[in-house]
Amino acid sequence: MALPAILRATEREARVWSKLWISSSFSTLIAPVLLLIAMGVGLGSLVETDPAELHGLDYIEFIAPGLLVATAVQAAAGSSLWPVMAGQKWLGFYHAMVTSPLRPGDVFGGQVIWTTLRSTMSAVVFLVAATLLGAVLSAWGVLAVPVAGLTSLAFAAPLTAFAATQDSDAKFDVIIRMAIVPLYLFSGTLFPIEQLPLGLRALAMLFPLWHGVELARAATTGAFSIGDLGHLAVLGVYAAVGWRWGVRTFARRLAS
Amino acid sequence: MATGGLIEARSLVKRFGELTAVDGIDFEVQPAETFGFLGPNGAGKTSAMRMLAATSPVTEGYLRIFGQDPATDGPAIRARLGVVAQEDNLDTDLTVLDNLVIYGRYFGLPRRLIRERADRLLEFARLTDRRDEKVDPLSGGMKRRLAIARALINEPEIFLLDEPTTGLDPQARHLLWERLWSLKREGVTLVITTHYMDEAEQLCDRLVVMDDGRIVDEGSPRQLIERHCTREVVEARYRSVAEQALVVSRLEGTGVHIESLADRLLVYADDGDSVSSLLGAHDPVAPTSTLVRRATLEDVFLTLTGRTLEEI
Repeated sequence: MALPAILRATEREARVWSKLWISSSFSTLIAPVLLLIAMGVGLGSLVETDPAELHGLDYIEFIAPGLLVATAVQAAAGSSLWPVMAGQKWLGFYHAMVTSPLRPGDVFGGQVIWTTLRSTMSAVVFLVAATLLGAVLSAWGVLAVPVAGLTSLAFAAPLTAFAATQDSDAKFDVIIRMAIVPLYLFSGTLFPIEQLPLGLRALAMLFPLWHGVELARAATTGAFSIGDLGHLAVLGVYAAVGWRWGVRTFARRLAS
Repeated sequence: MATGGLIEARSLVKRFGELTAVDGIDFEVQPAETFGFLGPNGAGKTSAMRMLAATSPVTEGYLRIFGQDPATDGPAIRARLGVVAQEDNLDTDLTVLDNLVIYGRYFGLPRRLIRERADRLLEFARLTDRRDEKVDPLSGGMKRRLAIARALINEPEIFLLDEPTTGLDPQARHLLWERLWSLKREGVTLVITTHYMDEAEQLCDRLVVMDDGRIVDEGSPRQLIERHCTREVVEARYRSVAEQALVVSRLEGTGVHIESLADRLLVYADDGDSVSSLLGAHDPVAPTSTLVRRATLEDVFLTLTGRTLEEI
């Protein structure tokens, strides 16, 4: 049985990664865990707060699901920008891919699936570390991994689509600095979103990261609510709209 | 199924916004022939080629490849094609061997089959001793041969090459031509674009001459030369533009076919030596040098369009 076309494009990425994974694993696997230890154990021991404000959680229990999703999204954002410019422009290997039976939409999908897979893998490592540190309260916590994957997809699909519309990487740094980093800090990851002024709180809620963090926290604490379905829906919409946009831009870029 | 050739194109048009790159061309490619698009840069060859590769949508007109419509059967058509683009588009993240392996995987071929073929193809491309190296340090000729080997991984029935030897040194060109000849002998259908008349003459059984998005004539290299040129050409050079102009004015109206270029005068004749002596060493405006040579496709192009292939 031949692999589905879309996964053949993913296989290329896996092949390249298999030669480089050791050098790339520090930033995607080790660094997030170190961050959790520093913030959760180190900083957390200094944080004295009314337990009610952290939904009755210890600091490390609060930030573990937040950092789990946020670091996965951060990795996904990076791999959705520069590598796409490489495929399309700098190295041009996308143009060779579409001379095979693969279609531009397969090239897009293959790239996004790979990005999502890698973020999901880093979430697995993070979850294991968080569990060992006692930051996961419920067996439902395993669901934080697919949540991190879905949230990564909700970023990877539209960002990969956007990257393909660009002729240079000039705007990529701006996106990371002006969008991804602020979202990382202010999406209920390190402190509850209720601490933010109303306007900023509303802004954070517009983007997928806060929804992913809320879902992951529900999983690691085992405290689900009906609102979680809304979070799922938001993530699904971002992923679906981004996916459609991506299939269209890749077709325009690679088959004109 | 197709009634005629492996490729059939009628009134084929490619537009990019306002620009018409291919302006209504008709041709067929038969099994096992080597078919060429000859024309200068910007003639529409690459745009035509990308439509044949089923990667660029047809704007207007009729195109069938293996009797199938690229608009609806693109993946099925591409599964049976080999494509070598002008920019090699090799995967510089991968080694030489992995370029073949991963490209084969794009076609859904099993790994074991790819490995067998890859060994043979690296041999064919004379790259066996480079198989585990990265692509970037390879010479231009090696990269082009790797691009060719890669495009053969699916054992294509039609092999498309866009400007296969552009940018290569003479030695690398000859090695490449020799490799293409061996494919031709195996019965692979080749379609090439080139702006080198010697390449077209060497490789093509039949070709179309393209200019400004249109086909200006079609035939075998020999037929085209016989149709548009004499057997031989005299190239004469003069001390000054004025002297050349004087000779041109004397020859005009004598029925002799001439082309006056910036640096030389071409006089077409079945017997070059007699013309050469006619231009005369004792004449007051004698050429500084004359050369009698065989007529080529370059002369055909010049006669058809009034321009040389290399200018623009």
